[in-house]
Amino acid sequence: MTTTALRTAAARASDLTKVYGSGDTRVTALDHVSVDFYRGEFTAIMGPSGSGKSTLMHCMAGLDDVSSGSARIGDIELNGLKDKALTKLRRDQIGFVFQAFNLLPTLTALENITLPMDIAGRKPDKAWLDRVIATVGLADRLSHRPSQLSGGQQQRVACARALASRPEIIFADEPTGNLDSRSGAEILGFLRSSVRELGQTIVMVTHDPVAASYADRVIFLADGRIVDELQAPSADGVLDRMRRFDAKGRTS
Amino acid sequence: MFKTALRNVLSHKGRLLMTMLAVVLGTAFVAGTLVFSDSVSTALKNSLSHNYDNVSVRVENSAAGEGRSAQDNNSDAKPLTDATLRQIRALPGTASAVGTVEGFAGISDANGNLVGGRGGTQGANFSPGADGTDTRYPMAQGSGPTTSTQIAVDQRTAQKNGFKVGDTLRVAVNGPVMQLTVSGIFTSDDPALSSGGSLVLFDTATAQRLYTAPGQYGWIDALAKPGTGQDALESQIGQVVPHSGNITLHTGASLTADAKQMVEDDSKNMKTALLFFAGVALFVGIFLISNTFTMLIAQRTRELALMRALGASRKQVRRSVLLEALLVGLTASLAGLGAGVGIGAALKAWAGSSGNLPGGGLTVTPSTVLITLLVGTVVTALAALFPALRASRVPPVAAMSSNDQPASQKSLVVRNSIGLVLAGLGVGVVLLGVSQGGSAGRMPVALGALLVMLGVFVLTPLLSRPIIAATGPLFRRLFGISGTLAKQNAIRNPRRTAATASALTIGVTLITALTVIGTSISTTITKQVTANMKADYAVSTQLGYPVSPQLLAQLKSAKGVTAVSAADSQYVTVNGTDLSLNGYDAGSFDQLVAPDLTQGTLDAFKQGQLLIDADHAKSLDATVGSTVKVAYPNGTSGTLTVGGVYPKSDLLGPALLSEQALRGHTLAPYYNVVLVKTDGGASSANEQALRDATGLNPLVKVQSQQQMVDQFNSLISMMLTILYALLGMAVLIAILGVVNTLAMSVFERKRELGMLRAVGLDRRGVKRMVRLESVVIAVFGAAMGVAIGTFLAWAANGLLKSSLSGLTTALPWGRLALFIALGATVGLLAALWPARRAARLDILGAIKTD
Ligand SMILES: Nc1ncnc2c1ncn2[C@@H]1O[C@H](COP(=O)(O)OP(=O)(O)O)[C@@H](O)[C@H]1O
Ligand SMILES: [Mg+2]
Repeated sequence: MTTTALRTAAARASDLTKVYGSGDTRVTALDHVSVDFYRGEFTAIMGPSGSGKSTLMHCMAGLDDVSSGSARIGDIELNGLKDKALTKLRRDQIGFVFQAFNLLPTLTALENITLPMDIAGRKPDKAWLDRVIATVGLADRLSHRPSQLSGGQQQRVACARALASRPEIIFADEPTGNLDSRSGAEILGFLRSSVRELGQTIVMVTHDPVAASYADRVIFLADGRIVDELQAPSADGVLDRMRRFDAKGRTS
Repeated sequence: MFKTALRNVLSHKGRLLMTMLAVVLGTAFVAGTLVFSDSVSTALKNSLSHNYDNVSVRVENSAAGEGRSAQDNNSDAKPLTDATLRQIRALPGTASAVGTVEGFAGISDANGNLVGGRGGTQGANFSPGADGTDTRYPMAQGSGPTTSTQIAVDQRTAQKNGFKVGDTLRVAVNGPVMQLTVSGIFTSDDPALSSGGSLVLFDTATAQRLYTAPGQYGWIDALAKPGTGQDALESQIGQVVPHSGNITLHTGASLTADAKQMVEDDSKNMKTALLFFAGVALFVGIFLISNTFTMLIAQRTRELALMRALGASRKQVRRSVLLEALLVGLTASLAGLGAGVGIGAALKAWAGSSGNLPGGGLTVTPSTVLITLLVGTVVTALAALFPALRASRVPPVAAMSSNDQPASQKSLVVRNSIGLVLAGLGVGVVLLGVSQGGSAGRMPVALGALLVMLGVFVLTPLLSRPIIAATGPLFRRLFGISGTLAKQNAIRNPRRTAATASALTIGVTLITALTVIGTSISTTITKQVTANMKADYAVSTQLGYPVSPQLLAQLKSAKGVTAVSAADSQYVTVNGTDLSLNGYDAGSFDQLVAPDLTQGTLDAFKQGQLLIDADHAKSLDATVGSTVKVAYPNGTSGTLTVGGVYPKSDLLGPALLSEQALRGHTLAPYYNVVLVKTDGGASSANEQALRDATGLNPLVKVQSQQQMVDQFNSLISMMLTILYALLGMAVLIAILGVVNTLAMSVFERKRELGMLRAVGLDRRGVKRMVRLESVVIAVFGAAMGVAIGTFLAWAANGLLKSSLSGLTTALPWGRLALFIALGATVGLLAALWPARRAARLDILGAIKTD
């Protein structure tokens, strides 16, 4: 599984550049980034604040357009897609877990989980749904509304929603950023098991070395460029790399 | 505090815009009403001020002319004769005196229709001085009438209809058509003419023959010699013609004052009516304003808490919010004042362009300015009062709370209890009023209606949940996830939904109530006409003057007529009670009228017995066979046997007696209407035959049963149209309220919308969701309005029953459904902009947490 030759890309960035603003306020958030996110793998993106992690994720997920280069989900080139096609792509091929505000307060946990399928007007696959719900351990909370759930439970619902429609790839932006360490560990464990057991592809942005250690592979970003990569990382290993960048004087 | 308030206003410009617009519209309505009615009143008064320039004293005979009705046809009235005129002329203070006779005169246009009916169609005498001119009527062309076959007409009428000197016109007073030649066209600044009437001048002898009696005048105007005051002349005249009985003396000054007062009163009535609708619009505005401030404060909770934490007192917070409201109110009122002056000018120009209003400038009185500014500012401040109180209760600790959710919804228990009590009490009081009926029930029904409205408004948040939730399955089926989300969003903040919907409810309640009442009256009248009238035609005169005996004779001789009877309207006293009685020809009665007798027979009527309606039978304690004492108009008296009783009917009147039994007991016949039955029923040929028989008299109105009903119904629908237009402003403001609420909701739910877009809801789905939420709120508001309006109309009908017998509530289902559909349309319209904004939302901007 770690043999590069056997891995296929679920998403691919080639020469991806993203520039915000112009003139004096011009910021190059991503600077010719090329990276593959492999199918069935849990990839973490790390880097200091402002290094372009979220931007990379947004560009890959069709939430933001790119300045140059290409972003692909499976065989689909995102660059140049119209809003309608992008929306459909997000709905059918991509799952999201955000740091906060993942759920609609008016819907129950179950309704939130099936939301993307309801939007698409598709019937959820019952067996799969049950499996996902069982995995996240929410079976007895399905009729609760978000306000009746703890932060950790809310994130689990968000994860379940991302998984329920069996997307090509799930993007998670600091999904544990707002949680205490125990709830965070639960979510991370759950994300990892959904990769291992359900074969899901997940890309997670984080700045927490412990969180990154749950991933199969860590990509390090700095100043909009990929500066390093680590396979099967440990928390200490990640921390070590981080320190090295800091030592080079990178803080922002 | 002032600086904070000002800064808040400026920083929330966009969100306060809707509030401002609501106040602007409401105050513009107020200012427009005031400016328009003041300007019209000033213009009319100006045009009046020269009317009595040549009148120092007017001596009037109130018994002369057409003013007399069947009742004051008494014989001891003193006339104003040529002798009187000579006496007045001979007085030392009199410079000149002229006698006038006046009455109704209709001119027919080329097609036989009455000309200039709008401002009154008058005839008067041309009274030339020694030089052959009459200073009151300066001739623009030709000369005044001097023979019985000549007339002069006013210039406006002549111009409008293309009449020229030498033309022969068909003119009728109250009898056969006369073919008269136009000898002159005169100018006049009489407001009755400038507002669309016509005036025909006859030579004095002809006018007297037509209107009074040879040698008699309706009034005499005397002009004082220089040096003699109006009062002095009045007392001189009083010596020869005393002010008593039917003869009255007025100075020119008092006539002018009276006329101005009349204009003033009319304009006040119009003003009051219009201001009522402006008030409704402003009241609706209160909901919108209050809602906006509530939402603004919810968004500013943390900011307010910070101020409190930094040491601002509750009072200061409250004041800063109120000050903000005052600023908004004042600014908007100023704009409203400007817009109102514009509206007033436009209305005036529009009314003037049809040539029915004397010209003149715009009148903007200081009180208009003051009232408009005050009303707008006070209403805004009043609406912001509760939100301000709530703002002052924000605890300082709210500044530290991390989530920016609006303050938790307090339980609605207290509110619901109050609402239930109010609504329950209201319904009870309304029912009580209806059971009392008539004028006694008016107060309770009005009070109850108010309580019901208040109660329902208080209860709306409670009602909104189950009612809107009930639409859930339907919405899900029809619109999928967008429908479900829309429904959820609509009940998410019941208070806000309620306030938004209530604003629409007010307008729809009034519209529904008026429509249901109008329809009920229409239906009832139609039923009565078709049920009680067997005649094919009712012939009457334009403007409701009595039908002359000649006309009756002409109709009798018309081709195809099988039965004819006039309704001779006479006032009699039955057992001491004054009663109006209709006399019908005994022979043709049963072919023309079909009273729905509950007792007695039509045969009794033919034998000269009295038919009486149930209400009067009851109050007189009379049944079939009772005898009653009757005092007749000519002073005779006698007894009559009651031969039948029928349900109260406005068409038949309180009592019926045969014309034969009435003969010899009246001074003169007073034919209200002539009923005609024709061979083969109503047809254009029969109608033409009737018209031909009258010599194409422009005064004669021939109406078939259907036309009578149609005329009445078109009157009702015209009134409804005017009322709809006046209530339109209230609905418009309610729409702004919906726009406002949606815009706020979209703003508050930015993150949710971003998330929905991220997980795949497309722009159309977002738009549809916002639109549906809007439709749900609007339809909810409209449906409540239809329900309350129907109930109130039912109650009002219960009261009106005493004046319109047999009135039952008829529901115009089509219209009611239309109002609900209109509610949905309002929702769609209101959502246009908020939905677009929601769909255009930048996903990343919305979901970014840092
Ligand atoms: N909408 C934007 N407009 C301008 N600059 C932006 C915008 N979004 C991000 N940036 C800039 O792009 C760089 C990368 O941002 P981001 O991807 O959010 O970093 P990270 O998620 O790693 O903290 C930062 O310098 C940031 O200031
Ligand atoms: Mg980030």
